[in-house]
Amino acid sequence: MNPKSANVGIVIVSHSPLVAQGAADMVRQMVGDCVPLAWSGGNAEGGLGTHAAGILAAIERAWSEAGVAVFVDLGGAETNSEMAIEMLGEPRSGRVIICNAPLVEGAVMAAAEASGGAALARVVATAQELSP
Amino acid sequence: MLVVLANAALIGGLIDICREVIAANADHLSELDRAIGDGDHGTNMRRGLEAVYAERSRLAYLPLPKALEEIGLTLVMSVGGAAGPLYGTLLIETGRQLAGSGDVDFPRALERAIDAVARRGRASAGDKTLLDVLYPVHAEVVRRAGLAGVAEQAERAASLTFGMKAMRGRASFLGDRSIGHIDPGAKSCALLTAAICRFLEEQSPA
Repeated sequence: MNPKSANVGIVIVSHSPLVAQGAADMVRQMVGDCVPLAWSGGNAEGGLGTHAAGILAAIERAWSEAGVAVFVDLGGAETNSEMAIEMLGEPRSGRVIICNAPLVEGAVMAAAEASGGAALARVVATAQELSP
Repeated sequence: MLVVLANAALIGGLIDICREVIAANADHLSELDRAIGDGDHGTNMRRGLEAVYAERSRLAYLPLPKALEEIGLTLVMSVGGAAGPLYGTLLIETGRQLAGSGDVDFPRALERAIDAVARRGRASAGDKTLLDVLYPVHAEVVRRAGLAGVAEQAERAASLTFGMKAMRGRASFLGDRSIGHIDPGAKSCALLTAAICRFLEEQSPA
């Protein structure tokens, strides 16, 4: 497998910290540490919800020059992720994509693809095949 | 209507009254949200306005467009939910439009900011969102209705979401069962609009 830094990063965003962390654990089990991985779950106070600052920090933690694929659960997670990506600023914001895919399955499949050194577009496409 | 009053008293006063009206209505907003959403709109908005209030002394001394933009960013970073990015986009974009080329007046800046909110939420008029307050409010601003007229229109528009079926957000999962409830985002938008109008009216020379 490629060294971690060369592979596409994965970010998991859920309204629930437990869901986000659990999904990240499943990704970790699949690909070990050869894919940059981070999660953001819950609102700014740790309750159920999402917040852009936490998502932005997660993208920074999982940052890879190859790009980052983001997986979200419900509406606010997506809207806040879009906001976080904008705040990341050009040119990096152009290398972060929110995947239209189920959170757990999408993140695991994307990570498996990323661990083989696939490009961002390929990683995203693999996850999105789950959502016809 | 707004631009002539750009100063620290205006910005500080707007922050104060927005914080007050949200604090006073936070439980009601969460109650509306519990009926058709996840029940946190009031607490989310209150957290956001408290975060803005914490920055009050710095924000109040910025030029109005810059202050609007920074307040929007603070809301994005603190509110969470969909409301953070939506209200944040409204204020950030209004600020940027007013700061841009000199020929953008407040109604035009507001129009572009509302369009940005619609794009952000991928929502349209009638979807039972805060846009169902923002569009009518903008129309009143354009036709130069008085501040009281704008406030009334905002309240009326929010109550009209009662009969709408939610097409966006978690309320849309309820389908027809979302009908018969006021949208919490529309309600907070109306409360804020009315509070801002009342404040500006008090500030205006008689």
